[in-house]
Amino acid sequence: MINKVAQSLADALVGTPDGATVLIGGFGTAGVPDELIAGLMEQGAKDLTVVNNNAGNGDRGLAALLKTGRVRKIVCSFPRQADSHVFDALYRSGKLELELVPQGNLAERIRAAGAGIGAFFSPTGYGTALALGKETREINGRMHVLEHPIHGDLALVKAEIGDRWGNLIYRKAARNFGPVMATAATRTVATVHHIAALGELNPEHIVTPGIYVSKIVRIPRVATQAGGFAQPQKARHA
Amino acid sequence: MAADIHDGAYVNLGIGMPTLVANYIATDIDVVLHSENGILGMGPSPDPAHEDFDLINAGKQPVSLLPGGAFFHHADSFAMMRGGHLDICVLGAFQVSETGDLANWHTGEPGAIPAVGGAMDLALGAKQTWVMMELLAKNGESKLVRACTYPLTGMACVKRIYSDLGTLACGPNGLQVIDLVDGLALCDLQSLISLPIARPSAPR
Repeated sequence: MINKVAQSLADALVGTPDGATVLIGGFGTAGVPDELIAGLMEQGAKDLTVVNNNAGNGDRGLAALLKTGRVRKIVCSFPRQADSHVFDALYRSGKLELELVPQGNLAERIRAAGAGIGAFFSPTGYGTALALGKETREINGRMHVLEHPIHGDLALVKAEIGDRWGNLIYRKAARNFGPVMATAATRTVATVHHIAALGELNPEHIVTPGIYVSKIVRIPRVATQAGGFAQPQKARHA
Repeated sequence: MAADIHDGAYVNLGIGMPTLVANYIATDIDVVLHSENGILGMGPSPDPAHEDFDLINAGKQPVSLLPGGAFFHHADSFAMMRGGHLDICVLGAFQVSETGDLANWHTGEPGAIPAVGGAMDLALGAKQTWVMMELLAKNGESKLVRACTYPLTGMACVKRIYSDLGTLACGPNGLQVIDLVDGLALCDLQSLISLPIARPSAPR
């Protein structure tokens, strides 16, 4: 019998090794699995590489994990935000390595890892500082950059509803990186606010099929906090 | 600019000034706004009582979803861009070159924290990339240049520049004026930016 429901965050995260690459869902604060990040801090793995679109907001969630000093490197597209002071200080002091990746290449590199693609050519970033040193090729008259997959040892995903087979449904734009990251890690752990009986989820509505999910943990719903840009911002795009 | 967005267009508006274009799109046409974090059919920001931080735009501000709107994951969202499915993308810029190179992600200053987000994907992906910017920087220098000195976001990707002084097309043949603000002559604009500007090819 398949039962992927873990009784606690600690149970779901047991055995996360030092040096792990951890894919963490979320865009700004939407879809960031704060409870799983707190669980990972408690679990204690260190020397981590974290993959997220951003680099933490305020002092909670990912920012709190960075603050522990257990993250060696962050792979993201948009670290600088109005409230990214934890990242800013670590980066400026040289205590945190940054790999900056255009957001679409980030998503596609994660997707490629989940889909078993060896590498792919993307037009994004050609001729820019972020493609320096990368192999390039002209395809159909357009220049492309060779990009490699980003595979995780662990993916942490925030979903809305799950069942014991690990099927997941998300909520609104909190979906963002979750379904892609779920496919790309050796072990995927998701939080949900509701666990449905097997067969209760409409199969037409399931976004992440359970095959990609190792454990789900039910957590109480708390309101997602605001986080991101102070207005107005000019000439920048997240 | 809003008047140039056609009925039925799929449009991504960048963070900051471009976001404001949404307020000027005619209400009797269907324009579908895309947000890189997985939304099509994005609507205006709700009143504070209805803010939902699971429903935010690329600038992380709460928005709403119009009837017919859809959610999708990040790889799909950027496949939509890269695959050329968006009609128009509007971005801000630090500099644009006369051939359409764009610099808008990094000033290159030492100590500045670089952040690129979706700008490189957006710049290349839409059928038309438009830039919205003030033509002159605060120090009076033209942001329209022969070659960008700031780090590039994309090469030869900008088709049009909407500015406070006029609207220009750019491309392999350089700049061409589309529209000027009242009272500004083409030769005045040319001397402000020190670049050749072709006259419109046909009345618009």
